[in-house]
Amino acid sequence: MTWLLAGPVVVPLAAAVITGLQMGYGRIQRALSLCAGLALLGNAIALLARVWNHGVIAVQIGDWPAPFGITLVADHLSAVLVLITAIIALAAIVYSFEDIERGGLATVLHPQLHALLAGVCGAFLAGDIFNMYVWFEIMLIASIGLLVVGGTRPQLDGAVRYAALSLIATTLMLTGIGLLYGLTGTLNMADLHLRVQEVENQGLLTVIAVVFIVAFGIKSAVFPLFFWLPASYHTPKVTVSAVFSGLLTKVGVYALMRVFTLIFTNDVGYTHEILLWVAGLTMVTGVLGAASRSGLRQILSFHIVSQIGYMILGLALFTPLGLLGGIFYVVHHIIVKANLFFVAGAIRRIGGSSQLARLGGLYRDAPLLAALFFIPAFSLAGFPPLSGFWAKFLLVRASIEADEYAIAATALAVGLLTAYSMTKIWVNVFWKARPRGVIPRRPLSASGRFYLLAPVAFLAALTLAIGLFARPFYELSERAAEGLMDPTGYVEAVLGEDAARRAGLPAESQGGMPN
Amino acid sequence: MEPIIAMLVGVLMATSVYLMLSRNLVRFVLGLALISHAANLLIFTGGGIVSSMPSREGAAAAAKSDALAQALILTAIVISFSLLTFALVLAFRTYQTLDTVDTDAMRAAEPVPARPPRQSGSGAELS
Repeated sequence: MTWLLAGPVVVPLAAAVITGLQMGYGRIQRALSLCAGLALLGNAIALLARVWNHGVIAVQIGDWPAPFGITLVADHLSAVLVLITAIIALAAIVYSFEDIERGGLATVLHPQLHALLAGVCGAFLAGDIFNMYVWFEIMLIASIGLLVVGGTRPQLDGAVRYAALSLIATTLMLTGIGLLYGLTGTLNMADLHLRVQEVENQGLLTVIAVVFIVAFGIKSAVFPLFFWLPASYHTPKVTVSAVFSGLLTKVGVYALMRVFTLIFTNDVGYTHEILLWVAGLTMVTGVLGAASRSGLRQILSFHIVSQIGYMILGLALFTPLGLLGGIFYVVHHIIVKANLFFVAGAIRRIGGSSQLARLGGLYRDAPLLAALFFIPAFSLAGFPPLSGFWAKFLLVRASIEADEYAIAATALAVGLLTAYSMTKIWVNVFWKARPRGVIPRRPLSASGRFYLLAPVAFLAALTLAIGLFARPFYELSERAAEGLMDPTGYVEAVLGEDAARRAGLPAESQGGMPN
Repeated sequence: MEPIIAMLVGVLMATSVYLMLSRNLVRFVLGLALISHAANLLIFTGGGIVSSMPSREGAAAAAKSDALAQALILTAIVISFSLLTFALVLAFRTYQTLDTVDTDAMRAAEPVPARPPRQSGSGAELS
């Protein structure tokens, strides 16, 4: 079981080292990278199966007992996010074979990509908040490296903005952790869940909660802290921006979900009200920003911001159905968003540009690509029966049940504007005739077509599967949401049943209160 | 001792915010260096500051400062050091490529205001 939990961290870290050693050998490096991706996927599937059958599992690294040592924990939320990470990673590795020219650039891509994956999986599995900070830093440094692979002017410009705000965010997170440790004397998140309820100065706890909102808010690109995202996500290689769009901001959302259900539930009326406003404003500003842009990836970048609002909305409602909807949304969004970036890359390869004004006629030239764009794009906008419909339906229903009619209306209106952006892309790229003066592109090789379109088709099939067979995904999100609303299982898995019961008797009765 | 360090944290934080508000990238990086110092000192203070010998068997538990907080800082120092180095390299490379350290003049990735978006979106074409 130790390896099952440590695997999602160890496999990518090992892969980063091994592919790093193979820098001069393109073919071997690519094969190794692919193998590592497959191994991570297998591990993630086994992990999810185990969590599905046995509930929350935890491992104490080096056998140091729980509140002192490093703990890795997988509950339903962590396990499903690790699985989605592995799927996106595999898709990205295959896509990169064609997207990134053989030779110099590709050889530095794979090691950094795997280091990034280690950071992402580590953050999902960390049971200790300082450990989570360390994984955030690993993720950050790998992501800046990936952002500048290629070293063009826009990339460096974007990287400066990205690095600046991310570094401030992690420093704020560290500050928050320091204050929290000073107040409670522990860093283990399960232990924190019990200790924060004994803290006398609950007002100070709320102040720390706000520090964490800002720190994770920058990470997850919420209003008004999102400016780094549209400035940087359209600049790197398509593979890189697809991985970023799928995974990075979602780690921030995951951290918010974890911390604001497990630790900071003392003043839900205050902190979660802030989150609710943030969610609404994020949705609106993101979608309006997207409407103002004319480059494919710029539009999609702003849509990430807008979609983050929906996920935060699920958390802010703080009801079982709200969290369920939020988790469902994260799962659906990661697949759809990464896929849209992959499609945008394929459009640029086939159409020769990523500016809407310089594209056109692709419906005739690449009908398969058009169909493959249609699925994720209209899933993003929330058309039934695609996955986005269920995600939005759950969230709107949760808002109405919580008597938050304004936010429900906002969510629906933003969905409509998302549909506007997607139809804008559809009309300009696929239906409009090819503009004069645009040179027809060189056709892709057969293997190139496969490498570009296979990941897109696979992710589109997943989107369809979530939409048409929503039941198992719904149940998974339901269990994950239950685990978040009532963390008893999480605490018991980490601290052991006895310790949890001894320390937690008053806590359990309190922990259930916000429901 | 704690109040003095606490005030020092405040001064460091204020200075770093002042530096980071600058348009000059070099000042910004210096601000980053200071803000990580502020965070580290904050954790240090949180662990309690006691002037005593290193802890031995038999020493009164109350007279010891928290060693874990110091271990955390050690980790954080290493991380912030590496990130600072990285940020410096990034800043230098940006200066080499874009010929400026003025962040307002860096307009390669984002549209220049008050111009039609078509021309300004050229970033994606280059990438």
